[in-house]
Amino acid sequence: MTSDPYCPHPAVLRSVEPETPGVATFGMEFQEPARAAAFHHRPGQFNMVYLPGVGEVAISIASAPGEGVGLRHTIRFVGRVTNALQSLRPGAVLGLRGPYGSAWPVEEARGRDVVLVAGGLGLAPLRPAVKALLAERAQYGRLWLLYGARQPSDRLYVAEYADWERAGLELLVTVDRADASWRGAVGIVPLLFRKLALDPSRTLVLTCGPEVMMRATVHEAIDRGVAASDVYVSLERNMQCAVGLCGHCQLGPEFLCMNGPVFPYERVARFLGKEHF
Amino acid sequence: MVNTSAVVMEKSELGNLIARLWAEGYTVVGPTLAQGAIVFDELRTADQLPIGWTDEQEPGSYRLKRRDDGAYFGYAVGPHSWKKYLFPARLTLFSIERTADSFAVHQGSTDVPRYAFLGVRSCDLHAIAVQDRTFLHGPYVDPHYERRRERAFIIAVQCGTAASTCFCASMNTGPRATQGFDLALTELPEAFVVEVGSERGGALLVGLNVRAANGEIEAAHQVTETTKRQMTRTLDTSDMPALLYENLDHARWDDVAGRCLSCTNCTMVCPTCFCHSVDEVPDLLGERSERVRQWDSCFNPELSHVAGGSTRPDIRARYRQWLTHKLASWIDQFGVSGCVGCGRCITWCPVGIDLTEEVAAIRGSDRA
Repeated sequence: MTSDPYCPHPAVLRSVEPETPGVATFGMEFQEPARAAAFHHRPGQFNMVYLPGVGEVAISIASAPGEGVGLRHTIRFVGRVTNALQSLRPGAVLGLRGPYGSAWPVEEARGRDVVLVAGGLGLAPLRPAVKALLAERAQYGRLWLLYGARQPSDRLYVAEYADWERAGLELLVTVDRADASWRGAVGIVPLLFRKLALDPSRTLVLTCGPEVMMRATVHEAIDRGVAASDVYVSLERNMQCAVGLCGHCQLGPEFLCMNGPVFPYERVARFLGKEHF
Repeated sequence: MVNTSAVVMEKSELGNLIARLWAEGYTVVGPTLAQGAIVFDELRTADQLPIGWTDEQEPGSYRLKRRDDGAYFGYAVGPHSWKKYLFPARLTLFSIERTADSFAVHQGSTDVPRYAFLGVRSCDLHAIAVQDRTFLHGPYVDPHYERRRERAFIIAVQCGTAASTCFCASMNTGPRATQGFDLALTELPEAFVVEVGSERGGALLVGLNVRAANGEIEAAHQVTETTKRQMTRTLDTSDMPALLYENLDHARWDDVAGRCLSCTNCTMVCPTCFCHSVDEVPDLLGERSERVRQWDSCFNPELSHVAGGSTRPDIRARYRQWLTHKLASWIDQFGVSGCVGCGRCITWCPVGIDLTEEVAAIRGSDRA
């Protein structure tokens, strides 16, 4: 008999690291060692995180393949399931199934310059790409991360920035609203593009964030001469099965859970701009 | 073409065929009268069929009517489709039980009924094939559908009448059933012509009172030819999927949004719609819960709910999603149209929205 693709597997919550107000990173580990050993993901993919008695939610994998023990998920406590997750402490048992979906073109980017553009929580699915690019730093040209947050206290992974910069990442951060301590840029993240000395023919752009921010990013990139086929977006829709059966995540012909969430912009361009499609 | 391995069976023998299926362990389901409509339910005897009844269908209207003969299958499709058996409207996928330091998954019983579907029309055979593509032929197989599907015995009925809402001829899905069945019946005035579509179909006939067919085969062929000529409704599917993709801003979407109630009827009666929700149903103690799958609909705003709200917040967006998926993006996803021309969505729309008219309006003023 075919195994049930809807079936979650027990995983233990090992750590809860507060990130910003209402956001934390959960470190989880499958209870069965064999399942942990067989789990291989690529940067940009996601898992279904299940809380018994409450429900299931799609969360991107924030850790890079092979980065320590277990899997990390950065979660905003905003919905029915994620609000229930907020009360969990290390030792709690959840369910996990995955990995699902498409990945950032980390391999295809070898020999190229890469601009990662993140808005808010959109840095979470890009974090494994950052780690993977920096792990083989010599394989790539210039690496930029443009990051926009609403306010300085909403920035994710602040403690890691210095390491990333030392490893060869050029980091530009902007906020919508500065506070008294902020000395950086203020404004929307796509505008940071204008500060870059780009060679568009050798540049790949990977972006994740609110759809309106990604659309602006795509336009900035294309305006600077980057080919639409070299711009990748990670899209979000309602997901309930993650295996292309429930129909919730459709965008035109695409099931985001299987064909996405990461797409070359070119592939989804005709539908992405259509209001409410 | 009529299958050459066809025999003739007296109408009175149909009851024995049903009894034979039950004796072999099948749960026989087929058309019967209930709630003023012809719906599917368990059939123990042939006289539970809507003998001597027909239906009159129009956009937004369904009425039963007496025929002036005793035909067993003298009607078109009703509100039910076979997906209610293969893809039940509400199904517990499995249950989860908390244990001391983990949880255990209990798969539901794999002993699902072995259904025998009696009276499957050609459009519905195609609909089953369309759902097979969704649930069986993609990267992930749905074991719940698979288990029901692989056990099902299918007895088709060649259509002897077309409702005004039928347009299978346009979709190349009928009216003649040519494959995908174990047996196919064509009702003649005095007898059934029985085509054999599979080995187990042939085996079922052994011992039943049937005789070789002669002139009846040509008569059976004429039945569906006549039905085809009766069909008045058409849908021009040329240029799909491009026609709808290129008209996502067409004024007709606003027009239909003014009529559509977003009630979900069309998606519930559609034999190919597969969208479903998966919900957690816990017990009061929180020790056990069930993962329950239910039919969902693109007309529910919650279907597209994300943290920022619904991505399709208005009826215009939701009707556009339904029609574009059914007739256009389905082709990209599964290699076939999601529409089989059964006409159910037209009949059961409370305000009589007719997708063939909507497409014609868009086609008539392309990119308006």
